[in-house]
Amino acid sequence: MKTVRLKMSGIQHYREAKVDVENGKIEIAGTSYKQEEVSYDIPVSGTVYGTLLNYQGEYKQLEKAMYEAPYLAPPKAPILYIKPVNTFASAGSMIVLPEDISELEMGAALGVVIGKSATKVNEVEALSYVEGYTIVNDVTIPHDSVYRPAIKEKARDGFCPIGPWVVTRDSVDSPNDLQIRVRINGVLKQENNTKNLIRSVEKLIADVTAFMTLAKGDVLLVGIPEDPPVARINDVVQIEINKIGILENTITTEEALVGGRA
Amino acid sequence: MKHARIAYQGLVHEAVVTEDGIQLNDGRMVSEDQAVWLPPVKPNTIFTLGLNYADHAKELSFSPTQKDPLVFFKGPNTLIGHKASTMRPSDVAFMHYECELAVVIGKEAKQIRKEVAYDYVKGYTIANDYALRDYLENYYRPNLRVKNRDGCTPIGPWYVDKADVKDPMNLALRTYVNGEKTQEGSTADMLLGIPELIEYLSGFMTLFPGDIILTGTPKGSIDTAVGDEVVTEIEEIGRLVNTIVGEEAFLSN
Repeated sequence: MKTVRLKMSGIQHYREAKVDVENGKIEIAGTSYKQEEVSYDIPVSGTVYGTLLNYQGEYKQLEKAMYEAPYLAPPKAPILYIKPVNTFASAGSMIVLPEDISELEMGAALGVVIGKSATKVNEVEALSYVEGYTIVNDVTIPHDSVYRPAIKEKARDGFCPIGPWVVTRDSVDSPNDLQIRVRINGVLKQENNTKNLIRSVEKLIADVTAFMTLAKGDVLLVGIPEDPPVARINDVVQIEINKIGILENTITTEEALVGGRA
Repeated sequence: MKHARIAYQGLVHEAVVTEDGIQLNDGRMVSEDQAVWLPPVKPNTIFTLGLNYADHAKELSFSPTQKDPLVFFKGPNTLIGHKASTMRPSDVAFMHYECELAVVIGKEAKQIRKEVAYDYVKGYTIANDYALRDYLENYYRPNLRVKNRDGCTPIGPWYVDKADVKDPMNLALRTYVNGEKTQEGSTADMLLGIPELIEYLSGFMTLFPGDIILTGTPKGSIDTAVGDEVVTEIEEIGRLVNTIVGEEAFLSN
């Protein structure tokens, strides 16, 4: 059983719970439930920072182009982006497919939740600034260039499901060896592992906080593995990260979403 | 009316600023030397426009004929109030200011036509969007290492109600470094004006009350040195003062 912090729909405070990740059980205040019996809210409230090009496979795909225009040189420091608050969504929520778009990339990201304000943190101490880990679907409209910030492609309402909970740091032996699986309608579409990160979680925290503060509650996405699977209308998307859990969301239309559930 | 957020005697207060001085929400008058100016709006989402003045785009040798406007986000760590200090890292050779009109959103906005866009504006303030150009990389440019540093976006001193600004698309912007005018332009020269920006952004995402749009800067961004006093000024809104401090002094302070 792992200790998690979660936010339940309709309850203002964060709650603590025990989770049996392998069997999909959650125990809240002594009562055991199936994972899907609980209604989850977004378990974090800070700024969500994503990281570009931090998986070896993703990096290799762009490597040749890095020496050509417009990139001209490989990146030196971590390249980050922000998923603004309008994108936040809970586990179980609907992801809206924009009208003029046919498919969306499912960005399976380990989210590192910051536990205390971190500035110029060294690698050795980095994990002591971590509260825990969550699962994030960095939903993205497919696009080729990473030269300009991908606001229109990444910042749509609901494009950042987070959850279902935050597993405490000590419940995870190493964040740098976690298997990630993406299933669409039950079919395995992607598999990767955080051991393929270029910057480990510790190194990423050190290199990011070298130039900016990560505040308590902020979430640092460690990266998106290469070849993110695409999902279409009505697809059920599950991102599973070993020892953390499963984040499930469904793709729908704006029309179907208005007024609540599709 | 000018609305500020002030730290005074151990508490954060909402305040209005008049010719008589700073008046807290509870009616008390506070002299400026007792007050600490905070960013006038608690930030929600902070949008920033790059290359939104043709002359500045030219100065940075960019073609203004892009399909979509260049927009990026800032984290709340970047904002700092009036009369504060911003740190210049020791290894930086080119750190320039950018005087920008900042639009404060007043109500939820989704797919808003430009003709009615001002209905969604609460007011206006001044931002100084420092850039540390040494760290520019051609990935999601301008990357966060250039633009998302702690306290590198002074904002304030207050926001002015929309009704008190006659024409936000015709305001003079000026920057003074140690009293000498180094940047001058007009919001009339924006490539995408306030209504167009609200139409564009709300076209693909929802804007919420408290969101802030930094609308870009005209030409005249020059390097700043440790000790410089940088004043960014916008007609009908006010003057925002910031001082550049060195890394060593900042850290030992």
